[in-house]
Amino acid sequence: MVEKFDIPTLPTYIEIPDIEKGAMKGDGPFKSSAEFQNPLGFPGEKVADWQTVAIAKMAELKSKYRSVQVFLDACVKCGACTDKCHYFLGSKDPKNMPVARQDLFRSVYRRHFTFAGKYFPKLVGAKDLDETMLDDWYNYFHQCSQCRRCSVFCPYGIDTAEISMAAREVLDTVGVGQKYCNQILGKATTVGNNLGLPEPALRDTLLDLEEEIEEETGIAIKYPLDVKGAEVLLVTPSADFFAEPHIDGLIGYGKVFHQDGVRWTMSSFASEGANFGMFIGSYDVMRKAALRIRKAALDLEVSRIMVGECGHAWRVAYGFWNTLTGVGAGATDVFGLKLQNQLDPRYSQPQHIIEYTHDLIKRGKLEFDKSVNDHRTVTFHDSCNIARASNMGGIPNGQFILPREVIKAVCNNFVDMARDTIMESTFCCGGGGGLLTDDLMEIRVKGAMPRMQALKAVEGSDNVDTLVAICAICKSQFSKVLPKFDFDPYMIVSVHQLVGEALIMDKPQIEEDLSATEVVG
Amino acid sequence: MADILGAPVDEEGFLVNLKDWNKDIAIAMAKADDIELSQEHWDVIDFLRNYFEEYQIAPAVRVLTKAIGKQFGKEKGNSKYLYSLFPYGPGKQGCRFAGLPKPTGCI
Repeated sequence: MVEKFDIPTLPTYIEIPDIEKGAMKGDGPFKSSAEFQNPLGFPGEKVADWQTVAIAKMAELKSKYRSVQVFLDACVKCGACTDKCHYFLGSKDPKNMPVARQDLFRSVYRRHFTFAGKYFPKLVGAKDLDETMLDDWYNYFHQCSQCRRCSVFCPYGIDTAEISMAAREVLDTVGVGQKYCNQILGKATTVGNNLGLPEPALRDTLLDLEEEIEEETGIAIKYPLDVKGAEVLLVTPSADFFAEPHIDGLIGYGKVFHQDGVRWTMSSFASEGANFGMFIGSYDVMRKAALRIRKAALDLEVSRIMVGECGHAWRVAYGFWNTLTGVGAGATDVFGLKLQNQLDPRYSQPQHIIEYTHDLIKRGKLEFDKSVNDHRTVTFHDSCNIARASNMGGIPNGQFILPREVIKAVCNNFVDMARDTIMESTFCCGGGGGLLTDDLMEIRVKGAMPRMQALKAVEGSDNVDTLVAICAICKSQFSKVLPKFDFDPYMIVSVHQLVGEALIMDKPQIEEDLSATEVVG
Repeated sequence: MADILGAPVDEEGFLVNLKDWNKDIAIAMAKADDIELSQEHWDVIDFLRNYFEEYQIAPAVRVLTKAIGKQFGKEKGNSKYLYSLFPYGPGKQGCRFAGLPKPTGCI
């Protein structure tokens, strides 16, 4: 289990690397078997007439999603995206230049769907879909984390992630799926979370956590599960229950809810915020996973739905839940409409936990002892899907402003990394988009290089020793890759860990207010 | 398919049939990772197996550290200690030695 690859050295500045052809050539991540493919509606192995099936699927995607066709047609190969990809910068493989990776798909599209490509393929770089091409798709479209940094710099606004998603959907359709994503989706759509954590285990894990917090703080903070009639349904990545440092973020959420006095619950039926349906590019699977949340919200009769610290969960919630499930406006089916009537219009639906905590801070409902975090100098890693595919607080750039304001409210020492590595230009952690699996460790480590470089710079200039994120994947990825670049793996924490540690816990404010009224009366 | 002492394992080295597990398999798996199993390793492996029997899933990291800390002393109740035993992670390497399925998700 020793790595057979070189860890990139961190340069003083990020420069366009000399290319190394075929540096990341390979078979790609472990392939999914029938056991994981079939429940999602995909063939268990590569189908006999895979070329025909693949081209037919491309035709379907092209007509169903106009965006895909526009993105395939619009590229003029200007090259603005080439050096924007963390995987290219870290691996030096020219096929990881976003334009080149997309062109694996685009050249086949040209061959089959454009006049010039049909009749003069060589003139327009149109290529046939053969075994080698399909293998390249599988390998290189699993070296894209769908982070969309390249799209920010594309003069045509081509959403490269959408092309990666389309390619992965075609691959699944011909029976060549990725084990990591599809195994997880099987668990998420049957057990209710990516871990496959059944209800009794989840309940006991939460009880254990309550016990631990009470031992440490003397306060009985509850982690309610399946409480009908609660106000808030929290949907958070299941890593928050299971992994470190995630669980300290969950402790932070609980403290904030406790202090606010709101009645909240989680659901054992929909105990997962993450939705890997996005990563494999399948709206059908994405919807299947999302509908569990609708059912939980209807059954528990909640009036608010809140999302925990998870990057792509927030993208799915913010950008897709409205039409997929009726959370927000726009649903037309009967259950979607029922949910829309049930949810309280005074709050944004869904709401991000950062928006919630930020609002409580602004209204003076939370008090902090910031000195508790004085031993830290903190920087914030913007997670791709939050930064480039969502908003918070309903104000322009709110997704950058709100998390930073929350951090600054609970901690005195905050420093941002270089401007071209944060906010809309943030570098991916290297593990997003369905790549957070051990069999992709090489590309994960290499892809982390640009983020690590920016972190190294603020470590040198400002003694930054704490990296904060609001995404379960980022947190897990950093715990693994930080030590490869000589950082402390424990320097990555949740925003709500910082919040929880600095929060001054006193009695529920509602009771206090009532007793105050009585005295005056 | 690869195997360890005759028991089939998947591409990531996890047992395909959980019933195949025995102590020799754990020892052989550890040896392949250059680890000699000590009593401290077995304490963790036993806990993992008992937990799995009850809940059909591996314990959360915090549940594991807390239980180990309670049973074997507070200084052992943290993930740093567990990583010292299982450098590739108590969740992934520990579960593999204990014959549990690999934990999946954003972890």
